[in-house]
Amino acid sequence: MDSIHAMTPSFPVAEQSAVVAENAAVNAEYRHLVIANEAPVVDVVAGQFFHLLCPPAPDAAPFLRRPMSVYAADRARGRIEFLYKVTGAGTRGLATLKTGERLNIVGPLGRGFSLEPTWRNVVVVGRGVGLATLAPLARMAKRAGVGVTAILSARRPDLVMSVDVFRSCGAAVITVTDADRSSEVGNVERLLRGLAAENKVDALFTCGSNRLLQLQQRLGRELGIPGQVALEQQMACGLGMCFCCVRDFHGSGGAVEHRRVCWDGPVFDLQEPLSW
Amino acid sequence: MVDLAVDVGRLKLANPVMPASGTFSDGLARVIDFNRLGAFVIKTVTRELRAGNPTPRVAETAGGMLNSIGIPSKGIDYFFRETLPFYRCFGPPLVASISAPTADGFASLAADISVAGVAAIEANISCPNLEEDGRAFAMTPQATAAVVARLRAATKLPLWVKLTPNTGDIAEVARAAEANGADAVVVANTILAMAIDVGTFRPRLGSITGGLSGPAVKPVILRQVYQCARVVKIDIIGCGGIACGADAVEYMLAGARAVQVGTATFIHPTALIRVIDELEDFCNRKGFTRASALTSALMRSGADETDVEWRQEAGE
Repeated sequence: MDSIHAMTPSFPVAEQSAVVAENAAVNAEYRHLVIANEAPVVDVVAGQFFHLLCPPAPDAAPFLRRPMSVYAADRARGRIEFLYKVTGAGTRGLATLKTGERLNIVGPLGRGFSLEPTWRNVVVVGRGVGLATLAPLARMAKRAGVGVTAILSARRPDLVMSVDVFRSCGAAVITVTDADRSSEVGNVERLLRGLAAENKVDALFTCGSNRLLQLQQRLGRELGIPGQVALEQQMACGLGMCFCCVRDFHGSGGAVEHRRVCWDGPVFDLQEPLSW
Repeated sequence: MVDLAVDVGRLKLANPVMPASGTFSDGLARVIDFNRLGAFVIKTVTRELRAGNPTPRVAETAGGMLNSIGIPSKGIDYFFRETLPFYRCFGPPLVASISAPTADGFASLAADISVAGVAAIEANISCPNLEEDGRAFAMTPQATAAVVARLRAATKLPLWVKLTPNTGDIAEVARAAEANGADAVVVANTILAMAIDVGTFRPRLGSITGGLSGPAVKPVILRQVYQCARVVKIDIIGCGGIACGADAVEYMLAGARAVQVGTATFIHPTALIRVIDELEDFCNRKGFTRASALTSALMRSGADETDVEWRQEAGE
């Protein structure tokens, strides 16, 4: 993803008060938040996140920050964009923000996606809000000259997001929905096997669905295809300090080990996390 | 110019502000200048590997949070291999927080961790998330006396003993720590608590109960610092809901020599720096040339009026 500003190299993460440039609904469930940075920020890599100090919602005041993966970052315009679904106290509070108001943000945080130089064509499989996390990967792939096929999954056609972002990056977009049952694992498997047969799958990238993660782990093992997954987990500190956001991973010698999503991830090798 | 330096027992600190164990790690060096801190207090080390508790490990409450992290630990070998070399690159002294399930375990771990580069030991005899329904050594003066005596015999380093607020008479527990050789007591840890999701009827923490921290606990722990300060001569490090300079001042007035900032760092990773800067500003505004003069400077009713007047002139 594009970098935003130059920043002190010894302190790559900043806590800053940013100005809300835009915060509007994009469909029945999702909102698009754009913030304008004043203080310097380092490069943002696709898959990284910011930790947002959400204002109080009308009925509840969130105490902790909320992690939010970056949907887009524009260095020239000094903007960071987020796509979020209004669910709990944090996102309900975010939804109240008006243009010109301030939002305290910490970031960029975590490890993002990476592309191997040998990959020519990759497949992105995302569902729900996971599509927001995967969208900047399409821009990263475009810059690297890597072809992208995006399988975008949602409950209904009107909730499929990021189609335009993926298309504008030259990605071939396949939308699948619960409404017509095309999002079922069996159908997505059929699509992926078809793409693999056409040599379109040098790597798999996914976010937002445990079922689709399990499918890709199985296909990845069977077909020898590498991949990466961006995980979500409740967080407190976002900097690896509190050990709140652990998930189970395959450790050495067959043992299960905990890793911190905020610090060791949120992007991991596709085969490393245990599904849940 | 304000002299922020304080002595905690035998240990000299450039300022009285340090992180609370478990709310601090190398990751924070990406955000703040570690050399500004009074000390480093690292996440509790145990001898053995510990996985920690089931998720969810954290829940929000009004003005605070619950945690049941469960002291996941990579063990003492990791401490020697990774943690110690990392902090050697910085100026502030390193305080090693340790925990063990038995007094024997505490003593042997304290002995093994007493190496060059470790400036003091903070014995976490208070964590409410260990076995036995959250019972801990620091719940009784007797158990505290026994484990502190063993720790004292095991190490020559300054020994800080971290107390639990989950006890009927914390001043007696502090006295037991002092009588058995503690150089300082840290007052305190999280308050045993729980929360239930009324939508699912399930506890909001994976281990059902956990520890409350954040601004919600500050008045309770402040009272405990005050109670301890009245009965012990050793130094007290206040820890509970401190998020700004005024909070630190409050704790020092109640009797704390130094303070630890914990949960506030989760909300504002720059909180430690803010507390240091605001403490200095406060001293400047109130005409204190030394921050250490704040300790136990609480004015209680019955103080003579001239003295009160002087404070008000210096202060307001």
